[in-house]
Amino acid sequence: MNSKLPLVSLKNVSAGYNGDPVLTDVNLDIYPFDFVGVIGPNGGGKTTLSKILLGILKPFRGQVLFPSGRLNIGYLPQVSQIDRAFPITIREVVLSGNSSGQSWWKPVSGKLREKAERLIAQMGLDGLGDRPIGELSGGQLQRALLARAIINDPQLLVLDEPDTFVDRNFEGELYQLLERLNESMAIFLISHDIGTISSIVKTIACVNGTLHYHPSNVLTAEMLQVYNCPIDLITHGQIPHRVLKKH
Amino acid sequence: MENLLSLFEYRFFQNALLAAILTSLLAAMIGTYIVSRKIVFISGGITHASFGGIGMAYYFGINPFLGAVVFAISTALGIEWIATKGKVREDSAIAILWSLGMALGIIFVFLTPGYTPNLMSFLFGSILSVGTADLWILSGVLILTIVFFILFFRPIVYTAFDPEFSKTRGLPVALVRNIMAILIALAIVLSIRTMGIILVLSLFTIPQNTAFLFSGNFKPIIFGSAIFGVTGSLIGLLVASWLNIPGGAAIIFVLTLQFFLIKGIKLLASQKK
Repeated sequence: MNSKLPLVSLKNVSAGYNGDPVLTDVNLDIYPFDFVGVIGPNGGGKTTLSKILLGILKPFRGQVLFPSGRLNIGYLPQVSQIDRAFPITIREVVLSGNSSGQSWWKPVSGKLREKAERLIAQMGLDGLGDRPIGELSGGQLQRALLARAIINDPQLLVLDEPDTFVDRNFEGELYQLLERLNESMAIFLISHDIGTISSIVKTIACVNGTLHYHPSNVLTAEMLQVYNCPIDLITHGQIPHRVLKKH
Repeated sequence: MENLLSLFEYRFFQNALLAAILTSLLAAMIGTYIVSRKIVFISGGITHASFGGIGMAYYFGINPFLGAVVFAISTALGIEWIATKGKVREDSAIAILWSLGMALGIIFVFLTPGYTPNLMSFLFGSILSVGTADLWILSGVLILTIVFFILFFRPIVYTAFDPEFSKTRGLPVALVRNIMAILIALAIVLSIRTMGIILVLSLFTIPQNTAFLFSGNFKPIIFGSAIFGVTGSLIGLLVASWLNIPGGAAIIFVLTLQFFLIKGIKLLASQKK
């Protein structure tokens, strides 16, 4: 196990909206270089959990601690939360990821611009920097949002279904990229695609009203039942054997 | 034509031209923000609620502009507060404040003894009676807005585009949005002087939508709105004087015509390709 301090630590956290709890008694520690795959049914509280980690939502009860000090978090929200009619270019979206710790009245530094261009190219959006986001496909927008999430070299990267729109061609690249990113940051990845997710994550969190932490990436159907985590096990293509082990 | 040219020698007409230019520039920035954030309806609420302030100010014998500013700012912040706390449906809250403001305005104007102010000029504006003091205040708020936009352009755009993400990046989202709410309220109240309560929103939406035809980026839309707003309102003002019709209405007519003409031309051009 990791002997370092956790980046973020949730202690008996309960949270929800307008007084209705979505999550109760959640305990979770995320350590540096963790790769947590988050699964669970719709409405089970996956997004709510991510918003607690991000500090966007305050819990009713319990504590959110940052034992390693101030945490630099990168965030990729669900694409459906983005107003695609908003007049902003890809380049500007990517640059907006680096909004802390710089003087607002100063122009964006050349170094940061170069980094943004590099990320845009890395995301397969070469030459699209000047395009308004309204002209992008869902997958392209998602990649732009991923670039925005990592431009600040976060210690923890929170991804809310980064693979909903990503086309099959880019999916493999996306997972390779995430594995590479995991060498320098912890990742908290919410996904519906259980098959793919298990092959790249290190641990699994099952979120359905509360959280069950599973300290390995091997998931069995029985386990999902015990955790009360009804998810769709039918995935596209072949499920690798090491993912769904028969007992 | 001779008559039209001689108009430029009159102080009142020079003031009207200046007011049209300054208001258009102010509306270019504030309007782009309003349209981008899709808060046109909220802005409508702010505009109409401010009439309550005007009526009260008349009743108590203070400057109606001051009353309007107080009402507009409290409405703007009130709606922003309701939107974030989310206990009331936002559109319903807007409608309530909208009509309450108008009702209060009419009640107090009615109760004011003796001289009753010209309701028409509040509802439809009176650009030809803009005074030097109005122009000074307008210039002051315009400069304030330009400075704020230059210094904090990125936070303004980022917090408007994705407030949740901006929060995770440590941006003071509520502060930026509240300052913008105050600037919106100020800009609207000042424009009521020239355009009137009922017509004022056009200046904050039509040129922006014309500019949207050319760009999908915030900054170019501001500049485009400034160009279309200034040209449209100047032409409108000239047409108004020429035909002897109300200035505000003529300006809106020209702005709308401008929008449809350009949209039509663009449509034809894209079909020819």
